[in-house]
Amino acid sequence: MNWGSPAEFFAMGGYALYVWGSFVVCAAIMVMEPILARKRQKDILRTLRRERIAEELDNQ
Amino acid sequence: MSNRLINWFKFASPQSFYPLAGRMIPWFWALTAVFGAIGLWISFFVAPTDAVQGEGYRIIFIHVPASWMSMFIYLVMAAWAGLGLALNTRLSGMMAQALAPTGALMAFISLWTGAFWGKPMWGTWWVWDARLTSELILFFLYIGFIALQAAIDDPRRADKAGAVMALVGVVNVPIIYFSVKWWNTLHQGASVSMTKSPSMAQTMLWGMLVMALCFWMYSIAVALMRVRAIILERETHTEWVRELPEVKE
Repeated sequence: MNWGSPAEFFAMGGYALYVWGSFVVCAAIMVMEPILARKRQKDILRTLRRERIAEELDNQ
Repeated sequence: MSNRLINWFKFASPQSFYPLAGRMIPWFWALTAVFGAIGLWISFFVAPTDAVQGEGYRIIFIHVPASWMSMFIYLVMAAWAGLGLALNTRLSGMMAQALAPTGALMAFISLWTGAFWGKPMWGTWWVWDARLTSELILFFLYIGFIALQAAIDDPRRADKAGAVMALVGVVNVPIIYFSVKWWNTLHQGASVSMTKSPSMAQTMLWGMLVMALCFWMYSIAVALMRVRAIILERETHTEWVRELPEVKE
């Protein structure tokens, strides 16, 4: 085990800004990207459903 | 023989790939989470403090996997683009288009974490060194590919233009990889070599490899999610899309 206490862990031996600056930005990107991909899927599905309903109304 | 060929081409059609991708996505997310948890555990709790760089070296556990992925995704993207150009298969262009944003983000993570590593170790966020500059060019190639495809309305023509650009840009990937050998650079040499025994501690190497696996699984999962959306966008007016249960509900 490298760390005596949580504070020591977060201090990263004086490199806190650099280590956490890297990991936090990386994590943020890897959370945002799938959310945006899922939104894109939902948007196109909503469009497709609307088109189908519009078609059905036209046929009536 | 002919039977096997048909089976292969079956999955090259968007119609059969769409549900297949949907079934694979949860598995790749599960693997991402497992490798991510193990990789982060090794990165922060098992790998020892570096003799020279102290705790600052821990950036390596995301910097190296992201850099590898940025190069590898480009090769895969160019291969799909080239396949589309040669065989004119519909799915190829969609795959290339789905991979580009993920590759661009990997290149960005590589540059960003590199800057945050360079500042404490080299004393500067950025230098115009061969490794850094060629990785920046890779990032711009991704951005250029995305912009070019977005600028052309007809998707089939956009695929062709993008494919030519992606294939020309492939020359940059070996330049990045070998830049630390070919030029005198501030950047250190390759972290993992096929010919030499690893120079770093075993646990550090393992942490890096497990994190690399996590980044692999993540890239596949998110690219599959995106390719499904692209398939629907491009196949909007086909009968099979109309008949999908998620559209009919």
